[in-house]
Formats: sequence, structure tokens, C-alpha cells
Amino acid sequence: MSTVKYTKDHEWLKVDGDTAWVGITTYARHALGDLVFLELPEVGRKVTKGDDFAVVESVKAASEIYSPVTGEIVEINEALQDNLDDLKEDIDTGWIVKVKMDNDAEAAELMDKPAYDEFVEGLD
Amino acid sequence: MKKTPLHDAHVNAKAKMAEFAGYDMPIQYPDGVMTEHNWTRDKAGIFDVSHMGQITIEGADATAFLEKLTPSVFSTLKPNKAKYTVLMNDDGGMVDDLIVTKLNDSKYFAVVNGACKDKDIKWMQSHMTADVMMVHLETRALIALQGPEAESVLRESLSIDTADLNYMSYMEHQDFYISRLGYTGEDGFEISLPNERAEAVWHKLLAHKSVKAIGLAARDSLRLEMGYPLYGHDIDDTTSPIEADIAWIMGRKRANKDFIGAKRVFDELENGAMRKRVGIKITGKGVAREGAEVFDGDTKIGVLTSGGFSPSLQSAIGQAYIDTNAIETGKTINVRVRNRDIEAEITNMPFRPAKTKKTIQKKAA
Repeated sequence: MSTVKYTKDHEWLKVDGDTAWVGITTYARHALGDLVFLELPEVGRKVTKGDDFAVVESVKAASEIYSPVTGEIVEINEALQDNLDDLKEDIDTGWIVKVKMDNDAEAAELMDKPAYDEFVEGLD
Repeated sequence: MKKTPLHDAHVNAKAKMAEFAGYDMPIQYPDGVMTEHNWTRDKAGIFDVSHMGQITIEGADATAFLEKLTPSVFSTLKPNKAKYTVLMNDDGGMVDDLIVTKLNDSKYFAVVNGACKDKDIKWMQSHMTADVMMVHLETRALIALQGPEAESVLRESLSIDTADLNYMSYMEHQDFYISRLGYTGEDGFEISLPNERAEAVWHKLLAHKSVKAIGLAARDSLRLEMGYPLYGHDIDDTTSPIEADIAWIMGRKRANKDFIGAKRVFDELENGAMRKRVGIKITGKGVAREGAEVFDGDTKIGVLTSGGFSPSLQSAIGQAYIDTNAIETGKTINVRVRNRDIEAEITNMPFRPAKTKKTIQKKAA
């Protein structure tokens, strides 16, 4: 069984066993505006919770995407680079990387959907 | 933070606001940069540029004063004609870039960058002679109307006929100062008007079906495609007009020899400058921003001073200062972004041709 968790940096992650599929939320997508390029990390890269692992470029600026968990990047979604519209809260097509987690307790601490929705509500 | 007279209009339109030049300015509206950019190229966009400084320079010595402060010639400029130029510093660098319009032989109207206006005024004051008077028009707003439909919008929305107004020319209409120029490469106008009239005029323009409000982000991508320099980025107090590749502001004859900082400018004209501002087209995957280093093989040859994505070209572009010896149009180079080299090439600017108003030929009588 998998669960979806959310961070205050507007990443979502689907936790499936010891693997987390990481993407960005609809809120983040909206805030970033028109995206023109996605820079992906190398498979095999070790990330610590809070590290930036990918960069999205809009017309105006570059924005980093942070890893919500510690572990190793085991897969990247290269198809996204040519389909930037898919970069959103869609677990099938919108994931950016899959991270094999060192410690699944990190994911457990993150917000669930109702908590995240409430968090976003408080931002506007 | 300061506010322009149109601040409420931007907030009500749900613009994304941020500080720029000390003002709380609209960066983009809900449509987003891409839409705003393309809309301006296709139809007409209005920009609140009231943060910019509007100054009149008046007096018997006004022309001499401007020919001291800038490398341009004003004595032969015709009334109601505008000129792009720069304020020079003692070292041959630039204090700011600006548009100066000649109203008559002893009166000029200048528009300077918002972030520089206080500095500019101080600099100009320090060079004033007895027969020059300068007034900062702080009670006037500035709206830019840019795009192929700008002329028809002005006629249909405000009943102002500009059919006979040439590019880089000026006219007055009631208490509006209208200049046919801009920062987008499109036909268009900058309209100076009293603060208290700004909001009503803004909404009148916005009511036209061809008009959208455009934020500073699209203003930046529009000017970048035209190769226009942005002060504080592509030109600054260290860069000379020769390095910036804007020697054309001196005129064909380069008749003004005695302006502030002239020594370096004429030295560089004769002996060449060490570096020059060029266009960079990113041909590989990615976007390079200001500060990215430019390499020819393993040799660093320059640095990007502006960079972003061009909606018109659908590729990333930039401006860079490159060692003159390394400049070769069409040459493949690399731009380093987050320790990754992206392939790019040196290009001429503008990246797309200007579509500013063609000079209207007067019919023979």
C-alpha cells in the first residue's frame, strides 16, 4: 500500500515500500509559472533531506527542487523534460525522481493531504 | 516601499508584486510571462513604468550640459525628436542609460531608470552651470503602450491620433507627453501623464479588447530579445559605450569630443576594447542566467550579464561580455550553468528584427 505525503516546499512524495516517488504540487506548479526546462540529477546520486536535486527553469528564473527524504536516486523521469506540462501532482506521469530511502521515518513525519491543503490555505 | 499611482490597479488585478527600484511593482499578472510576452508581440500591452524618473532640463546651457554628460550630439537634434544615450562617468563608464527628447533648443525631457534616478539627479546637479535648471517631475506617471496595435488602441481608446508621429518622436496631447518609442522592439508609445489621471487612463486602455497589462518579467524578456541592455546588468559604471557596443549613440560623425569620460571612449574606438557585449544563443539544453561563465574549450572568455528564455525564439538567449579576441559570430562556445557546460553560440543582436514604426515619408507637395 502506498501513501502520499507533502512538504512545506510543495513537493509531494508517494511512498511505496522503501521507495519515494517525488514530484511538485499543483500549488508549486502554479507559482512557478511557465516552465521551459527541467534539469534532472544523475541516477545513483545520494541526496540528503533538504538537498536540491533538480532545477526547473521558467522564462524568468531558475527554481530548485528539494529532496524531502535522504537516500539514493534510483530512477529519473526523462520523459518529463519533453512534457513539462506533466510536471504536477500526477503520480503516474508527474514524478521527477524515485528515491530509495535510508530511513522511511522521514517520510512518515511529512504532512498528509488534509494537513497540506490546510497549510496552503494559510499561505494566501 | 514606494508605490506608483497604479499600484491598486495591479493588486486588484492579482498581479504578483515584488520590489523593483524601491517600488512595489507588478512582476506578472495571472496570465503569466509567456502569454504576456506573446500578447505584446501580437497585439498591445500596457506597462506601468511610473517608477522611472522623468526630468526636464532647461536653460540656455541645456544643450551644452547634455553634450557634457553624454557622448551624443544634441545641437543638431530637431525639436520633438528623442535620442537614446547614456550618462557618462569620469572613467568612461556609465551612470545610467536614458532617453532624451528635445522640446526646443533650451528645453529637454529625459526619462531615466527608476533604480538610478536619485543617483542620476545628484550626478547631473554636480555638473550644472548657472544657465541650467533641472526639474524632477515626481507628479507624473508613465505608461508604456507597446505592440503592433498600439496606434489603433491609442486612437480608439483615448482618441489620440498618432498616424503622423514617427519613431523616436514626441507630441503633446492635453497634458500627456507622448513619445513613439519603447523597450520592446514593437511599435508603441510611452505616455507621461499626471499621477491623478493615470488610473483612469490605465483602465480605459485596458478596456480595449487588444490590450492586456504586462508585468516587468515580460518587459525583461521582450527587451532581451531585442538585445537592449538593462542598466545594472548589461551596462554599468564600469562598462564603456564601446564595450557595450552602443557606439552608434555618438552619431555617425562622432562630433561630440568633449564629454565626460571621452578619453577612454576615443582610446577604445582607436585601439579596440578588451571586451564587448554580444548576443548568446543557447543551442544545447538549458537556460543560462546572469553570472554564468562563458568558455571556449577550457578558456574562460566572458560572462553572461543577462539570460533567460526567449518566447519568440523558443530557446534560451543572453547577453555577455566576451574577450574581444575570442569574438567570432556563429562560433560555438559553452556556457557553464551549475557546473554543467551547455552549448551556445555567439550571435548578433537583436535576436529578432525590430518592428518599430517605419519613418513616414512626407508626400511631395
